Amino acid sequence: MLVIKVENLSKKFGDNEVLKDISAEVKKGEVVSIIGPSGSGKSTFLRCINLLEKPTAGKIFVAGQELTDPKINVTKAREKVGMVFQHFHLFPHLTVLENLTYAPMKVKKETKTVAQEKARELLLKVGLAEKADAYPNSLSGGQKQRVAIARALSMEPDLMLFDEPTSALDPEMVKEVLDVMKDLAHSGMTMAVVTHEMGFAREVADRVLFLDEGRLVESGEPIPFFENPQTERAKSFLDKIL
Amino acid sequence: MNLDFSQIVPYIPFMLEGIWVTIRFVIVAIILGFILGTLLALCKISSIRLLRAIAGSYTSIFRGTPLILQLMLFHYAVPQLTGYDITPFMSAILAFGLNSAAYVSEIIRAGIQAVDKGQTEAAKALGVPYREMMIDIILPQAMKNILPALMNEFITLTKESALVSTIGYLDLMRRSQVVGSSLFRNFEPLLFVGVIYWLMVTGLSVLGRMVERRLNVSD
Repeated sequence: MLVIKVENLSKKFGDNEVLKDISAEVKKGEVVSIIGPSGSGKSTFLRCINLLEKPTAGKIFVAGQELTDPKINVTKAREKVGMVFQHFHLFPHLTVLENLTYAPMKVKKETKTVAQEKARELLLKVGLAEKADAYPNSLSGGQKQRVAIARALSMEPDLMLFDEPTSALDPEMVKEVLDVMKDLAHSGMTMAVVTHEMGFAREVADRVLFLDEGRLVESGEPIPFFENPQTERAKSFLDKIL
Repeated sequence: MNLDFSQIVPYIPFMLEGIWVTIRFVIVAIILGFILGTLLALCKISSIRLLRAIAGSYTSIFRGTPLILQLMLFHYAVPQLTGYDITPFMSAILAFGLNSAAYVSEIIRAGIQAVDKGQTEAAKALGVPYREMMIDIILPQAMKNILPALMNEFITLTKESALVSTIGYLDLMRRSQVVGSSLFRNFEPLLFVGVIYWLMVTGLSVLGRMVERRLNVSD
């Protein structure tokens, strides 16, 4: 079963064409890493999948529903797609627990008791049970990002999008976040991860998408891709970073 | 110099009553200005061009003309046009509330736009509808940033409220003038209400700092 299906996606900012005719699919339970040089459009591609960016042309289906259908309720469709940002974007005026219970209570109309119980379970899972009543500003970057992952999971999404989740972290905090993401991948969550962590892409991802200048240049399983890239562009990119 | 405060003593209760008269309409005007100002600010950041245009013209008109002129228009021109005999209280609330809304809307608009765009994106990504996002996520953060500017506006409004003495509303200011003209001594009653205005404004500042401290618990 396909969770994401992208058909001929294009995105322009003014005259600047950021994504050019991209088609891709992600199956249920699959972990896909999206890599490429900066400015290649990988973040924009990810942001199109929950319509934080509006595609200029092409179609996007998530769990069988066409997001690009003009008649669709975008807000409703987003409930099923979790997103984790580079800069966390936790709600600073709410405690960690409130960050996790806010959307389930407001959007899914869960009761406070149920929402809090599930939130505490998620915090346990990301190893931050003792921070439930802390405010985000008192947390380290790695802790913030783990809370952000738990917050996205609190909506019980079909799919999780990660937009460079470790790029804003101090090096010693990258591992704790990647570990949480690995656990999540092993639990069967469908994930699309824009990342510069080639180690993660190699070990955890089922497939790698390589974007360059707005085009999907190459895609394939990580080991063959990293060891024997098929395109010149991918080869020179990997030479520079590995 | 022949200051004699003992002469105003009999009039003190009369002047003190003015505190409540002033506070009463200032509070209503502040609330009206705040609610309308918030709505105008939302119009200003809306994607609908008509709403933006309406809110923009509103601000332009109310900021671009003297407050005393607006007050006179409400008090003297409205009855002339409609035949409705407007009370000084009503004119005062309308003129001050609507005028304040123009300033408040600019303050809040700036405050909303200063909230990190990521907050909007995070709320959207969680499927939170626009209304809830604004009320629960964006506005509380905006309010925290703009509280000093907002307090400033409320303080200005409190002081400018003395303008209503010109339409015969028996506020603090007007009462001091009444006392002054019946005693033929102006300095004492003016000084007396001056101190009261200062105390009221100081009270507002203290209140503002208390609210600010409460909002800062998350830092």
